Amino acid sequence: MPEVKKINRQKEKTPMPQLSPEVRITNFDEVALGLDREAAINEAMRCLGCPDQPCVGKCPVGVPIPAFINCIVRDNPKAAIKTIKRQNLFPAICGRVCPQESQCESVCVRARNGQPVGIGYLERYVADTAARENLEDPTRVPNPTGKKVAIVGSGPGGLAAAGELAKAGHAVTVFEALHKPGGVLEYGIPQFRLPKDIVAREVSKLKELGVRIKTNVIVGKSVTIDELLDLEGFDAVYIGSGAGLPTFMNIPGENFNGVFSANEYLTRTNLMKGYLPETRTPVYRAKKAAIVGGGNVAMDAARCARRLGADVTIIYRRSEAELPARAEEVEHAKEEGIKFQMLTSPVEIQADENNWVNQVKCETMILGEPDASGRRRPQPTGEYVTLECDCVIMAIGNSPNPLIGQTTPGLDLQKWGGIIVTDETTGQTTKSKVWAGGDAVSGAATVILALGAGKAAAKAINQYLKTAS
Amino acid sequence: MYKVLEVEHLNPTVTRLKVEAPEVARKALPGQFVIVRTDEAGERIPLTISNYDRGLGHIEIIFQIVGSETFLLDRKKPGDYLSDIAGPLGIASETQGKNKVAVVGGGVGCAIALPVARQFAQDGAVVHSIVGFRTRDLVILEDEFKDFSAEFRMMTDDGSYGQKGLVTNALEELICAGHQYDEVFAVGPVIMMKFVAQLTKQYKVKTKVSMNPIMVDGTGMCGACRVQVGSETKFACVHGPDFDGHLIDYDLLMRRNTQYRDKEQANVQEVGMVCNA
Ligand SMILES: Cc1cc2nc3c(=O)[nH]c(=O)nc-3n(C[C@H](O)[C@H](O)[C@H](O)COP(=O)(O)OP(=O)(O)OC[C@H]3O[C@@H](n4cnc5c(N)ncnc54)[C@H](O)[C@@H]3O)c2cc1C
Ligand code: FES
Repeated sequence: MPEVKKINRQKEKTPMPQLSPEVRITNFDEVALGLDREAAINEAMRCLGCPDQPCVGKCPVGVPIPAFINCIVRDNPKAAIKTIKRQNLFPAICGRVCPQESQCESVCVRARNGQPVGIGYLERYVADTAARENLEDPTRVPNPTGKKVAIVGSGPGGLAAAGELAKAGHAVTVFEALHKPGGVLEYGIPQFRLPKDIVAREVSKLKELGVRIKTNVIVGKSVTIDELLDLEGFDAVYIGSGAGLPTFMNIPGENFNGVFSANEYLTRTNLMKGYLPETRTPVYRAKKAAIVGGGNVAMDAARCARRLGADVTIIYRRSEAELPARAEEVEHAKEEGIKFQMLTSPVEIQADENNWVNQVKCETMILGEPDASGRRRPQPTGEYVTLECDCVIMAIGNSPNPLIGQTTPGLDLQKWGGIIVTDETTGQTTKSKVWAGGDAVSGAATVILALGAGKAAAKAINQYLKTAS
Repeated sequence: MYKVLEVEHLNPTVTRLKVEAPEVARKALPGQFVIVRTDEAGERIPLTISNYDRGLGHIEIIFQIVGSETFLLDRKKPGDYLSDIAGPLGIASETQGKNKVAVVGGGVGCAIALPVARQFAQDGAVVHSIVGFRTRDLVILEDEFKDFSAEFRMMTDDGSYGQKGLVTNALEELICAGHQYDEVFAVGPVIMMKFVAQLTKQYKVKTKVSMNPIMVDGTGMCGACRVQVGSETKFACVHGPDFDGHLIDYDLLMRRNTQYRDKEQANVQEVGMVCNA
């Protein structure tokens, strides 16, 4: 007999329990605490189970959202995790960092009259519950195929590709330039948004599948892609080297002391754990920090600076409506007392007699016609404001590192450095036996897109290895 | 983990470590460096590869004890391990096609100058080496330089060994004696490189210097290593470490290198280092 589904007509999302702003600006503990069973079931019951599933269409990896939510309604997290994992290897990560408001939740029918279903909250609930209660079937190590695949970069894309290829029985080695795997998940996104033990857990699961992770290997320096293919016997290579090259504004004063790229500031804080007194990597503890930019990177840098004791202002050249960061991060930043100086663009950084930055001069902007990105273009007004600060953090974008392109003949690049793929659905590059995806191809984007690209390329590589002799 | 094979204290403040790092040794070239992390709580610091053995998979690093990280490195014994060594990084020095070069090393900078100087010689150049130290007790690598140098000048600030004076005195003397150098290659304290470059600019001799800014990743990811070269900002880890000595803003580099002084001093206390600087 078919079940009659009971719908929870509550208009608002079931609230996510959080650390209070006063507490969280004093530490790096995770801000969002996760829904408990009761709250999760309550939220799950808001899902209408729409037959045409608009949310699934907006998920870059096609997670069967209504299906896993239905498992939560039936209080069956074991079935829920199995359902999600068919499409998404890292739900504990995606539940926390995906921009749900512009993906699955943006088309949720419930949002037409109230708030969308908290799909991210529920994805996280399932992943955390499964981990805590050990609900997943033990990893089965597959029969080896005898084929070897090299993965360059251990960000979400590289790890996803590694997982899929290992499950197919290939011998997978991941080469990572830094001393720890995880890519942006490890060095960029802070602990208070994505606890590092979650990244470590996913990495150790891959190791159980037989994936080898070699840290401290800079492909293009320690070894080239041609050497991997020709000398080290790899049958295929996946490049997931991300977009790690920081952009500066090229304005006067940018090399004064106290001016950092967000990458430097975040790497010192997150990868090197500079916020802990027991580590020896310094991170500048500013009194008054100005963060330039409006994306996730800017929010993360701002919120780290806040936790390290600074009074923080975000300088953004457009208006609030154009902020590219996840809505939740903007909201959290505001709760933490971070100020937003909108429609403002730095033109010069000034310093004191010790060459330490003491103010940033900015031009006031107004919004003009929409540009190629569809957002209204900021235009200068000729009016200036000056902001006092002892630290400026540039978070205005990252592009792919040219190292791999420079050392890999036959691998064609875009003018701006992105790796060209000849087939978007597989990530095949212009070089045979080499695939690529994630930020290295698209430029700075999102975790889930990198994950999707890694997975798609793994499928194509697997296909290729089946037919290659 | 990377195994320490040999430890040699070259002088009271400078130590040479030989470490097992086959992946680095396989590709290393003179002028390149590695990023080293001594232990899990440690910083990532850049150190020049002063020698390597591709066959055995060994590299050597020479460092001066200037802070917590080098202090802890100095305490390593053969058989101990370092958490991380990543490399080789940076662009190798250009050593080919030169007839005559002068290599100038100051203090521990001699450890960086040595492999480059040796490579100049191997690539067919006549090499004049000028090395400078504060005092006799601090002299390192003298015999190694002499092995291939057509001219060798030892300078000490106090005259306790070699000639009394600065490396620039010896260099100027050689230039004035009519030696025409295709290039001067200088490594040492920033202030020394600044004065070498001033001198060679006067005599219009092309000059390369090896930059030693603060670094984190060493792969172009953070920009901590920014140096000003003419009107351009460069990342020393990927565009260097060698740059045109006549274009570098040395004062900026000196100031940037003090950015984290407070934490560095706290670290020194924390690891129980007796400050002798
Ligand atoms: C601070 C910050 C916050 C972000 N917040 C969010 C968010 O909330 N939600 C979201 O969806 N996205 C967010 N993003 C974007 C997201 O993190 C990236 O889109 C995603 O990580 C890209 O994954 P990737 O696998 O392509 O590369 P990356 O995660 O960049 O990983 C690439 C890895 O390759 C390594 N590598 C690079 N070159 C080499 C080489 N030559 N040899 C060996 N290894 C190499 C790098 O060290 C790195 O570990 C954020 C990004 C940043 C910087
Ligand atoms: S050390 Fe980070 S970019 Fe050079």
